[in-house]
Parts: sequence; C-alpha cells; structure tokens
Amino acid sequence: MNTLLRSLALSLVVTLATPVVLAGDTITVYSARKEHLIKPLFDAYSKHTGITIRYITDKAGPLLARLKAEGANTPADILMTVDAGNLWQAANQGAFAVVDSQTLEENIPSHLQDPDNRWFGLSVRARTIVYNTERVKDGELNSYEDLASPNWKERLCLRTSKKVYNQSLVAMMMARLGEEKTEQVVRGWVSNLATPPFSNDTKVMEAIAAGQCDAGIVNTYYFGRLLKKNPDIKLALFWPNQNDGGVHVNISGAGITRHAKNPEAAVKLLEWLSTPEAQEMFAGLNMEYPANPAVKTSPMVAAWGKFKGDSINVAEAGKRQAEAVMLMDRAGYR
Amino acid sequence: MTRTTNSVLPGTRTDGWRLGLQPIQLATLALAAMVALPLLVVFSGWLQPENTVWQHLVETVLTDLVLNTMVLLTGVASGVLVLGVGLAWLTTMCEFPGRRLFDWALMLPLAIPAYVLAFVAIGLFDYSGPVQTLMRNSFGNSLWFPPIRSTGGVISVMVLVLYPYVYMLARSAFITQGHGTLEAARVLGLGPWSAFFRVALPMARPAIVAGISLALMETLADFGTVAVFNYDTFTTAIYKAWFGLFNLQAASQLASLLLLFVALALFGERHLRGRARYHEGTRSGPPRRHQLSGAAAALSTFAAGGVFTLAFLLPVIQLVSWAWEVIAVDLDSRYIGLLWHTLILGAIAALLTVTGALVLAFARRLRGDRLTGSAVGVATLGYALPGSVLAVGIMLTFTGIDNFINGVARLLGQGSPGQVLGGTVVALLIAYLVRFLAVAFGPIESALSRIRHSLPEAAHSLGAGGGEVLRRIYLPLLRPGLLTAALLVLVDVMKEMPATLLLRPFGWDTLAVRIYEMTSEGEWERAALPGITLVLVGLLPVIILVRRSARRTERNDNDSEPS
Repeated sequence: MNTLLRSLALSLVVTLATPVVLAGDTITVYSARKEHLIKPLFDAYSKHTGITIRYITDKAGPLLARLKAEGANTPADILMTVDAGNLWQAANQGAFAVVDSQTLEENIPSHLQDPDNRWFGLSVRARTIVYNTERVKDGELNSYEDLASPNWKERLCLRTSKKVYNQSLVAMMMARLGEEKTEQVVRGWVSNLATPPFSNDTKVMEAIAAGQCDAGIVNTYYFGRLLKKNPDIKLALFWPNQNDGGVHVNISGAGITRHAKNPEAAVKLLEWLSTPEAQEMFAGLNMEYPANPAVKTSPMVAAWGKFKGDSINVAEAGKRQAEAVMLMDRAGYR
Repeated sequence: MTRTTNSVLPGTRTDGWRLGLQPIQLATLALAAMVALPLLVVFSGWLQPENTVWQHLVETVLTDLVLNTMVLLTGVASGVLVLGVGLAWLTTMCEFPGRRLFDWALMLPLAIPAYVLAFVAIGLFDYSGPVQTLMRNSFGNSLWFPPIRSTGGVISVMVLVLYPYVYMLARSAFITQGHGTLEAARVLGLGPWSAFFRVALPMARPAIVAGISLALMETLADFGTVAVFNYDTFTTAIYKAWFGLFNLQAASQLASLLLLFVALALFGERHLRGRARYHEGTRSGPPRRHQLSGAAAALSTFAAGGVFTLAFLLPVIQLVSWAWEVIAVDLDSRYIGLLWHTLILGAIAALLTVTGALVLAFARRLRGDRLTGSAVGVATLGYALPGSVLAVGIMLTFTGIDNFINGVARLLGQGSPGQVLGGTVVALLIAYLVRFLAVAFGPIESALSRIRHSLPEAAHSLGAGGGEVLRRIYLPLLRPGLLTAALLVLVDVMKEMPATLLLRPFGWDTLAVRIYEMTSEGEWERAALPGITLVLVGLLPVIILVRRSARRTERNDNDSEPS
C-alpha cells in the first residue's frame, strides 16, 4: 500500500513539475467537435507535416467562456465548434482573428463562411424530414411549414427546442419567412405533436419507426447511423422545400483565435482541412456532407439523393438564435 | 473561547481548547475563501442587469420551471426518505432472506451515473422500447402502460439513483445507535413502530438530513438527467440563458438564486434542529436484529430485491450488452490512460476533500462562534450549483489570478509567464474540492455529532494530548464516517463531467470525458464501455467499505467489544 501511494505521489509530482514545453510547431485546438471525429484528421496531418496538434474537447459555451477569460494568455490557436450559431457567437464576442487565405476562399463556398472571414465551415449537415415508409403516403410531404398543417395532427415527433440544431432551423426560417409566420408554423408543430419532444434525434426516429408518430425532423447523419445498425428500418428521408428556400443546412467549422500563439501554422491546418484529401475524411467520419463542393460525398450518404440546400449565409442562424429561442418559448415548444 | 465559557457550558468545548483553535479556524477560513471566490464570480453576474432575458423568462417559462422544480424536489425528498431509511432499517434491524447480500448490494447504485439510468429507463420503457413493443405484439396495444417520459418517470429515476446517500448515512447511524436505547424504549412500553418513529428516527436525524440534503442538492443542480427526460427545471433556465440566449450574466444571476435558496434551506434546517444533541447513549454493542417471518420476510426480500434490480441490475445488464457490441473496436491502449487519470484524480481529490471536510467538521464542533459557523456554511455550498456554472466560476477565478500574475510580471519587466494555474492538475483538484466538500462534510459531521463530548474530555483528564486524542479517540470512532465520505467523493469525482471537461490539462482525458463525448453524439452503445468501466471502478471502493464495516459488526457481534 505504501509503495503504491509513493509511486502515485511520485508520478503526480513528475506530471505537475514537467514544464509545459511548446515547440514552435505545436498547434493547440479547443474543440466542441468530439475527439473521435477529429483525432484521425489531426493524426494524419501530424504524420504529414511533423507538427504536433494538442486539443481539449468540451461544449462550445464553456470553451468560448474559457477562451475569452484567458485573453492574451490563451494557449489556443484554433476554436472548432459545431453549428454556425456558436461560430457566429464566438466571432461576435471578438474571439476570432480575421483570416486572409486564398485557399479557404476557393475551397469553402461563401454562404458557408463568415462574411468577414473570421470562421469557415468544414462540413455540412442537412436537417431534413424523416418519415415512416408504411404510414406516410406519396405526396403527403412537402415542406417544413406544411408539417404545421392539420394533416399532421398527432402524427409529428420532434426533438427538444433546447438543441441548437432546432434553434438554427427556426432562426433560418425567421430569416426567410419573418417572425410572425415562423411563430405560426412552430405553434402548428407543437399542436401536431403525438408525444412530448424527445431529447435526441435517434429517439425521434425510433418513435417514428415504432409507429408512435409518422414524421419528424432530424440531422441526416443520425439517420445514417441508425441505418447502419438496422438496414431494414421502415424509415426514409424526404428533402423539403425544393421549390423555395431548400433544405436547412448547418455547418461545423473553425476559426483562428485572436490571441493565437502560432497563427501561421494554424491557418495552414485550416487550409489543409478544406482540401479534398481532408474533406473526404472530415465529412466521412460523421456521414456529413463535405463543405468543399469539389469533393464527392461518401457512397452511403450519396444514396440518400441530391437536394437543394438553403443558400442564405449560415451566419443568419447565429444572429437570430436568441430570437428563435424566445419564439419557441412563446410557442410552447419545449 | 476561554475556560470561563467552558464552565458555563459544561462538556461542550473543553476538548477543542486543547486541540488548538487558531490553526483550525484559519484552515476553515481558507477553505471557505476557496469556495467563496468562484461563488462570488457567479454572484457578480448581477453587476450587469439583464432585463430582456428576465422579462422573457418571467413572461414565458419561469413559472412552469419553478413549479416543476418544486414537484421534483418534493418527489425526490419523499422517495429517498422512504427508500433510504426504510431499507437501512430493514438491513440493520431485521433479519430476512437475502439480508446479508442486500446490506451491501443496496449501496451499489451509487456507482451508476443518474443520466445513465435515465437513458436506460427510457430506452427500455418508452413506446419504442422492448417492453412496450412486446406488449403491443402480445396484446395489440400498450396504451395502458404509464409513460416513462413523465414527472413520475423522472422522479423515480432520481430516487433510484440518489437513495443510497440516505441509505448509507442512515445505515451507519442505526448501526452505531446500538440496541441499548431502543431496548430502553421498548422496556418503557413503546411498541416496535413507535420505538422506531419516536426514538430511532429522531436520533438518526442528522444523518438522514445530511443524506437528503445531498440528494436534493444534486437534484437541484442536475442537468443531465432532466435533459434526457426533457423535463424542464430551474437549471433548464440557467442553461437556456447561457447556451440558447448566449447570456452568461443572466445564467449566473439565475444560478445565484438557486444557491441562495439552498443556503436558506440549509440554514433553516440547522435553526429547526436548534440545540438538540444526538450523541449515542451508553454504547451497548450493535443492534440485535428482529427475525421477520412469513409475509413480512417475503415482502422485505421483494422490496430490497426490487430496488436493487431496478437501480443496479437492469442498467448494468444493459450497459454490458451495449459495451459488448463495441468492445472489439473501441477498447484500445488509450483506455489505460483514461482509467489511470480517472483513478488518480478521484483518489487525490477524495483525500484532499475528506481532509478539508474533517477540518470543517471539527471547526464547527469545537468553535461555536458565528464566524466559524458561517465559514463552514459557505464552504459547503459548492455542491448546490449546477456543475457547469461552478466550473465556469472556478475557471474565471483561475484565469483572473493568471492574468493578474502576468500583469505583475510585465510591470516588473519579466515578460509573460502565460498560464500558471489555468490548465493544471492543481486547478482541477481545487475544483473538485470546492464542488464536493459538502459531500464529504455530511457523513463526517453526522459521525462526529454522535461522539459524546465527555469521551475526549475523559481522555484529556487522563493526560492525553490533543494529537493523541485525535489519533486514539476521534479517528477510530470516525472511521466509518470518514470511509463513507471518501467513497462518496471518489465516486462523485469519477463521474464528474463539467469541471473535468473545462479544467483538465491537455491529454488528461478521463472515463467521464469519454462518456460525455459519446453520449453528446447520441452514441449510447459506445458510451457504455467507459460507463461500465466507471461503474466497476466505482464498485471496488464500495465493496471494500462494506467488507470493513461488516467485519467490524461481526467482531462486535462475537465479543461485544466496544469499538
């Protein structure tokens, strides 16, 4: 017991006393995108260039709070998050530096990056309609707004409004339809619910497959994961609003922090992440769509069909997120 | 405090005088300051008015959230009281089939994180789950099945996860009460039920209250479990303000209200308890168990077995079967690192926190002054805040200190040392200490309150010094309380997420970090492997603790030696 304690104490002392030596070729990343979705890319880049990448993962909110509090002392070079709302917020609070990169401009479409070049989308996720193939008739589905019509009474399942994906969806609807119309739609959804909102997309799909409800709104990669596990599930994706605004798309992305210690290397990493080589892996790891339009989607994702995505700049989702949350609260969407 | 006071209040303060007052008081104040700094950071949210957010919350959701929270608190309080005290009484005072097993097995649910049980319960019992699917396939519909995603569901899950706090504390209180007092009550004409309600229960009050307060503080601060149920409580408003409305100030304001509520409730309980003392009477060996027979015995086995199955067996079986699906892919060499970090952080944090709590408990016992009392009160408030909010408070404190150091260094022309505290293991350990002091304090204080003041006084009068009294009187008597405290902190630290996520140094990932990464992506199967590892690691200390206390009880059974 004593030996054990002593070795514990020793190893702790060693850990604590080891000075944090940072070679010039280390990049530090704060990431809200999870380890298993970024580590393979970082490993590949390190192998490729010899540059060390260290990172910590957490939710976007705490990471941003930490970045801001650390100020000029922050070790972080890059902040990587999911959802345009979070990126917009980080930029709005002055956490990002402006990046002037020809490569990123060429590789990432303009509606998937900050108009002021402080953040760039690296992968695209579509939030679309999923339905039960046995209980929904051909031609019944049409648009997000239509899910508010009486035809869907007691047939709709939704995820909680507390998830940022739904907040962005509603924010983008507000950008397109205006506040009043959007509130009507959200109220319609709420009155069509077959059961109270679920905590995640997978549960929504399982309820639809079990026949508790007939349709819902989910991110496509969750559908992909469920399909991998259960290829016979009676679910399919529908691409709504193909004659007007298009399917709601969002991004995961990153920016260079304002007080980055190694900004040149960090920009190079972002540029590499936007190249076809990295894009295929970045999107493929999570069954998302590449942000770089020159890159092909993986065969499984491509099999869900082509669709027209919303082309309004995703920054709108960030700008209107707080309003969207308040709107959903008013509409009684939990 | 002087001799004169001691003679006015005989038998309450003498031992403290000799143990040395100044150091303990200073240590208490230092601990209180450590907790107070991040709390002040949270309270400083009020410096910036956030009228829009407040107006919105008041106009839309706040009333419902407060009502929901009250319903949840009431439900959890009654649930853990009935289950915790009832089961503790059964296993310590009665004999029924399976008692020896349930005696320790009923502590095991402590190792199950609440959000895990929540997800397992919903997975099994919701409309699309196997149970209702089976019903539909056999009987055509499952409409009569009570909905799990409901107020009743969330209360049940919380109770099943949190009752061990009350169970463990009540159990050790009942064991140390001995049978003397109860027998005296029976001899004086009380029936078994009234002896329980009028003697045993009131005597165990500090322990039971400590257990319930822990359960309620955890309920108030919980976000993970209620989020899985999409049951909106006051913490929902805090997170909504922060993550949805991007307003950390408003979130801090809401969180500080929560804190104020807890502080008042704890103060109220102390006040109600008044000057009552809960020392055990003449020590008369462990309780003699009452042999149950027939229906009573069967019912007891059924109740204990049912709770154990729902709170422990079911989630463990589910986790194992999920983990089995992914073990080939996910179990790699990095697991050793995860496990090592989890254990080392848990162990050191438990040691530090128990030491801190011991200081606080002695300070409260030995010093009756207002300053010490309030300092102890402040030092045990960290557990009442939602983890993320406290983590940010602590992070802001550390970065504030770092920025100050850097500013001074620059003034002196020394350049910038960069991060000094932020991102170190020390910062993380302090965060655990701040968060879990209350958890360790409960069991230690209730153990301490059962030691009569005359015992150390007698030792002193026989010539023992302060150190010797501590070593030979207090520590042996406090051992069960200390072990319980260490175990609770160890398990809580290993499960802790928000502070670990925000404050860990690069590369210091733990099992809880891995669970977070998988669950937040909805990958429950892949979260099951670190989850079940965490449960197993958490079980080891429970089993060690149980075996120790069982050996002690048996030894006493045999030779009635006062311990």
